[in-house]
Amino acid sequence: MLLDIHDLHVHYKSYWYVHKVLNGVWLRMAEGERVGIIGETGSGKTTLLKSILRILPQNAIIPRGEIKFKDIDVLKAGEAELSIVRRREIGMIFQDPMAALNPVFKIKDQLYDIIKYKLLAEGHNPTKEELHDHAVRVLNDVKLPDYERVLESFPFQLSGGMRQRVMIAMALISAGKLLLADEPTTNIDVTIQDQILKLIDRLVKQRGLSTILVSHALGMVRQMTDRAYVLYAGDIMEEARTGELFDHPAHPYTSLLISSAPKISTREIGEGIRGKLPDYRSPPTGCRFAPRCPYAMDKCHTVKPKRTVINADHAVACHLYE
Amino acid sequence: MEKDSILTVSDVRKYFKIKEGIVKAVDGVSFSVKYGETLALVGESGSGKTTTGHLIMGFYPPDSGKILYKGKHDLSIPIKRRSLELKREIQIVFQDPGTSLNPKHIVKDIVGLPLRIHGLADSSSVYGKVAELLEFVGLGEDFMFKYPHELGGGEKQLVAIARALAPNPSFIILDEPTSALDVSSQAKVLNTLSRIQKERDISYLLITHDLGVVRNISHRVMIMYLGKIYEEAPTDEFFRGPLHPYTQMLLSSIPTLTRQDEEIKPKGVEAVGEIPSALSPPKGCRFHTRCPFAKPICSERDPPDVVADSGHVVRCWLYE
Repeated sequence: MLLDIHDLHVHYKSYWYVHKVLNGVWLRMAEGERVGIIGETGSGKTTLLKSILRILPQNAIIPRGEIKFKDIDVLKAGEAELSIVRRREIGMIFQDPMAALNPVFKIKDQLYDIIKYKLLAEGHNPTKEELHDHAVRVLNDVKLPDYERVLESFPFQLSGGMRQRVMIAMALISAGKLLLADEPTTNIDVTIQDQILKLIDRLVKQRGLSTILVSHALGMVRQMTDRAYVLYAGDIMEEARTGELFDHPAHPYTSLLISSAPKISTREIGEGIRGKLPDYRSPPTGCRFAPRCPYAMDKCHTVKPKRTVINADHAVACHLYE
Repeated sequence: MEKDSILTVSDVRKYFKIKEGIVKAVDGVSFSVKYGETLALVGESGSGKTTTGHLIMGFYPPDSGKILYKGKHDLSIPIKRRSLELKREIQIVFQDPGTSLNPKHIVKDIVGLPLRIHGLADSSSVYGKVAELLEFVGLGEDFMFKYPHELGGGEKQLVAIARALAPNPSFIILDEPTSALDVSSQAKVLNTLSRIQKERDISYLLITHDLGVVRNISHRVMIMYLGKIYEEAPTDEFFRGPLHPYTQMLLSSIPTLTRQDEEIKPKGVEAVGEIPSALSPPKGCRFHTRCPFAKPICSERDPPDVVADSGHVVRCWLYE
């Protein structure tokens, strides 16, 4: 087991309230797996990824839960041990490259830093030339051949696609084992998105990395992953092999979501899902999807459904299957 | 052609001067929207599709070319010089309802304002009219006194649609109406838009980059690339047999949801490159720098209009 998340709860404190976002999330992945997390805006998907690296904002609290990466207990580990993980084991592609790259430093300086700390973690203090060579190599890997110009550029001088490639290069430097991709192609045109997804896929396979791809784009998760989780309002609703999930969704939320997405082969489109995400300050006590679920029973509003195994590839948290 | 068209755009150009040079945002675009139809204008960012919409709205006038509304009203004049009646007829729904709705106003005032401006309601009747509009877009009266921040993304966009419907227009420009929304709320908005069109016989110009959305609500599709239109076809025909290499590249780049979707994707056109800068667009066919089938002539001369089928027009040297 490469990563094992068990019963993870994450809350955010604000001045008056506590926002109970993650509500007992589980996730297990083996080495070499490509895992997807499907979640709409505000479902807690970025919170989940950030907890794995323990880079949550200051006002986050983790009242309960366990995250195991290899044999490291991430939530209990000291800063020294964690910093090694962040520098050379797990890399993360952040959602918005314009926000994730520092606007006042050249790409060169931002890349060099990441490379330097990765190499320091491996016990090697690099020279300027080594940094430059390494940077050129990673830019080549992400198909940015015009590397001298890229290195000397500030983020705003690059196109959206190029910025995204720089982000991927940065994430790959520290992704020795696991690559976390948080909506890696938001705000990017489809023809460029396609190239970037293929690039990520190729690099991941070449290096034998495991990946977690988080996205609200169902089609992207379908094409890029082997297994997928469905996250809604901080709860895992369903988990299955990706093909199985899309062909035979079990949870009402999953099937409504898939039927609501526009397809290119047919004009048919579902009704969508009525209502909106619950208020995290006072979330529903039972199943968090119950207030919007067309099949909700009395029990759904009071008792949180347990993970129920349907078959070897498929588990769902829904009272309909208990 | 002009008789059954609510809007006719002919050879419209709009260049913007900036410090670095001249951006040819819209460069010789012609099309027409028929009564009661949805025409989708599809393109990636920087293709000039939003500029085209703004030209019709009159946010700025075109440099050359003609825009005619209902065959007689000249739309190449800026919005300030248009008659109130003409302004009432043409409305727009913007991409992000989070920024297009005034956060300090309640829904009643947001939807009520156009009613008052156009003299369609006074202070005593505005409540009833707004309630009717909210009911019509599927929101209901209890949204009346809410502020935008109390609404979900889909609900906000439905309020923006109610506002556009308030002055009873005949033509609505939908500028990326669902790009800022989640899948679950997008479906509701799309279904509502289709229903409104059927019940009120409104024509839409749908500006979008999302071909899934196009498939679901449009009757005809146009593909725009760097300020020019390269393909135009009825929706079903468009998805069955896209002709222009750029269109094929677009379709084959979409991440698909079902096996049927996968089968419909054109094979053998892998996405390469990025859209060049509109400051110095390539000579000839503007797509030739990324086109896998480019011939010498493509980089020299503009491709001609080739009529492939009734209503299916492609601008490409391959079909000459």
